[in-house]
Amino acid sequence: MLRILNKIQRIGIITEPLPETKEPALAEIGARLKEKIGKLFGGSLAIRQVDAGSCNGCELEIHALDNPYYGIERFGVHFVASPRHADMLLVTGPVSRHMEAALRRTYDATPEPKLVIAVGECGANGGEFGVSYASCGAVANVIPVDAVIRGCPPTPMDLMRGILAAINK
Amino acid sequence: MTTLFELFSRHHVYMQEESAPGFAPACLMRVNPDDWGRIAEAARTENCRWVAAWGEDRGDELSVNACFEKEGAYAIARTGVPRAKPVLPSHSPYYAAADRPERHIRDMYGIAFTGHPDTRRWTRHQAWKEGEHPLRREFPADGHPPVPTAPDEHYPFLHAQGGGVYEIPVGPVHAGIIEPGHFRFQAVGETILNLEERLGYTHKGIEKIAEGRDAMALARLAGRVSGDSTVAHAWAACQAMEKAAGMEIPERAEFLRAIMAERERIANHLGDIGAICNDVSFTFAFYQFGRLREVWQRVNHEAYGHRFMMDCIIPGGVTSDMGDQVTVAMEKQITFLRMELEGLYNIIDDLPSLEDRLDTTGYLNPDTARAFGALGYVGRASGMAFDVRKDSPYAPYNRFSMEVPVYQQGDVATRVKVRAEEILASCFLMEKLIDELPAGQIRRDWRIPPSGAEGLGFTEGFRGEIMTYVRFGDNGRIARFFPRDPSWLTWPTLEKCIRDNIVPDFPVCNKSINGSYSGHDL
Repeated sequence: MLRILNKIQRIGIITEPLPETKEPALAEIGARLKEKIGKLFGGSLAIRQVDAGSCNGCELEIHALDNPYYGIERFGVHFVASPRHADMLLVTGPVSRHMEAALRRTYDATPEPKLVIAVGECGANGGEFGVSYASCGAVANVIPVDAVIRGCPPTPMDLMRGILAAINK
Repeated sequence: MTTLFELFSRHHVYMQEESAPGFAPACLMRVNPDDWGRIAEAARTENCRWVAAWGEDRGDELSVNACFEKEGAYAIARTGVPRAKPVLPSHSPYYAAADRPERHIRDMYGIAFTGHPDTRRWTRHQAWKEGEHPLRREFPADGHPPVPTAPDEHYPFLHAQGGGVYEIPVGPVHAGIIEPGHFRFQAVGETILNLEERLGYTHKGIEKIAEGRDAMALARLAGRVSGDSTVAHAWAACQAMEKAAGMEIPERAEFLRAIMAERERIANHLGDIGAICNDVSFTFAFYQFGRLREVWQRVNHEAYGHRFMMDCIIPGGVTSDMGDQVTVAMEKQITFLRMELEGLYNIIDDLPSLEDRLDTTGYLNPDTARAFGALGYVGRASGMAFDVRKDSPYAPYNRFSMEVPVYQQGDVATRVKVRAEEILASCFLMEKLIDELPAGQIRRDWRIPPSGAEGLGFTEGFRGEIMTYVRFGDNGRIARFFPRDPSWLTWPTLEKCIRDNIVPDFPVCNKSINGSYSGHDL
C-alpha cells in the first residue's frame, strides 16, 4: 500500500498543470466545455458510445479521453452504460448492416432531447469501407446526425473540440 | 530436414506439389477434394498446427485453401470443388479451430462441409439471404440488402435446462466503450455454465471490397482490418504483395517496419494491462498504464505523424524515415518506460487484492489451447510458445535472437505476466533495431506483379500470428485478399476458459484474451 501511495504522490496530478505545452488548447477547450456543460446540462453531459462497426481505432482514442492527460470527466463528461441515461450518442462507423438494427434501437432508447455525433471518417462518410452489401456507410445514412468529428481516427483533442462544437450548436 | 510435403506424403494422401514462388518458404500442395479431410487427419497425426482456411472463386471452381504449420515451416493445401456441386469434407473433426472459419466459407461461398459438427450460419446475419454468397463473383459488392436490415433475432443458441439455470444475453451494444458482439451466458447463481459467442456484427465486407483495389489502397484497407493492429496487418499485407511481386524492400525499411510493430505491441500491452486491472477495480494501475500508453502514442505522433502509425507501411517500404532527433527521443523513452515499469510491476506483482481476482481466474488448459491453436499471449500463457518472429522469422527478426516468455498456468494473471514480459522484450528488441539500423533507402518503387501472382505474408501482431493471402488480377488489381487475424483462434478459447467462473469475472477474462471483433468479422 505504501508503495502505491508513494507512486501516487510522486506522479502527482498530471492533468493540471499541463506537462506538455504542445497542446495549450486542452486547458482552454476543457474550460469552455465545462462552462457549456454547466449551463446546458446541469454540469453533467452523459455520453453513450456506440461502435456501429468500426475497426476499433476510434474507440481507442475515445478511451484515451479517460486517461489522466485528458481526464475528460473533470469537465463534466461521463460515459454511461445505457442509452437511457445518455444526452449524447457518440457513434463510430461505418454502420455495418449487421449493426443497423442495434443502432436504431439504441437511438430510439435515448431520451429526447438528444445529440448524435458521428465519429471518424467512417462515421462521417463511410471512410475506407463506404457503402456495400455489408456496410450502410455513414452514420447519417441510418440515424439523424447533429455533428461529425472527422479523422482516422480523430485524436482525443479532435474529439474534445468536436463535442464542444456539437453542444455549442 | 523433412519438408512438410514429405511429412504429409507419408500418409498416402495423393498430393501434387505446385510452384508458388510468392509463398516461399511455405510449400503449396494440391489435393483432391475427396482427400481434403484426410489431409487434415494427416496434419493432426503429424502434430501440425492449424493456421487458417480461406476460399476463392476461381470461375469454374471454388477453391479452398488450408494452412498448416510445424516447427516454423508453413504448408498450404489447396483443393477445388465445382460450382455446381460445392461439397467438401470438413477439417473441424480434426481441428476445433477450423469450425468457425469453415462456417465463414460456407456463408461466403456456399460450400458445404460434410462432417462439420455445426450447421448454423456464422458470418451471415440478415444483410443477405440464405442461398446468397457475397464472395462469389456473381454477387455484386453493393449486394441488394434489405432496407432496413432486420435484427438477427432467431439465431439458434444452445440452451441449458435445469433447476435454477438462467440465461444472460449481452450485446451487441456493450456497456463499455468496446466493439459490438453478442454473448449468451447460461448461469446458475453466479457461476457460468456455458458461454456462447455470436460474432459477425462488425462484418463490413473487407474481403469483397478489397477486390479491384491497387496495392496502395489495399495497404490502407489492411491497416483498418483491426485498428489496434494497423501496423501488423499492413505489414502482413505488404509482405504478401511484395512476395507476389517478387520484390525485396530496402533493409532500412524492414527495420523501420519492425520498430513500428514493436511500438504498436508495447502500446497495446500497456493499455490492456491497465484495463485488466481496471476490470477488477484496481484503478491505480489503469491510470498509471494509461499515462504510459499516452506518452508512448505521443512519440508515435511526433515520429510518424500519426498516433497509431496508420498508413506508414506501404507496398515497397515505409512512408517516413527516422531522423536523429526521433531516434534519441525513442531511446530516451525506452529507458523511461523501463524505469516506470519496474516500479509498477513490483506493485502489481504481489498485490493481494489483485492476486485474489486474477490468479486461477479464466483458466485455459494447455491441452485446450493446443486444440484451438491459441496464439500470442493467450497461447503463451498456456504452453503454446509459437511466435512468428522467433519460430519462422521474417526480416529483420531473422537477425536477432529473442526471448519469448512461455508459461503453463493459463490464468488471467499469467496472461498479464506474459504481456508484461513481452513489453520488456520489445524494448530490448527496439534498442537493437535502432542500434543496428542500416543506412539507405526507405522504399522502392512498387512493381506491378503479373496477373495471377499470389503471395503470403506472416507477421507477429500483439495478439499473435497474422497470416495474409493476396492474389493479383489484371493491371495490378487485387483479385483476392484474406487477412487472418489471430482473433479467429483466440475467440473460441474465451468460451472454454470462462466456464465455472463467476459472471462478474467475465469482463476481466474477456479483456485478458482481448479478441478483435473487427479483425474476426471482416
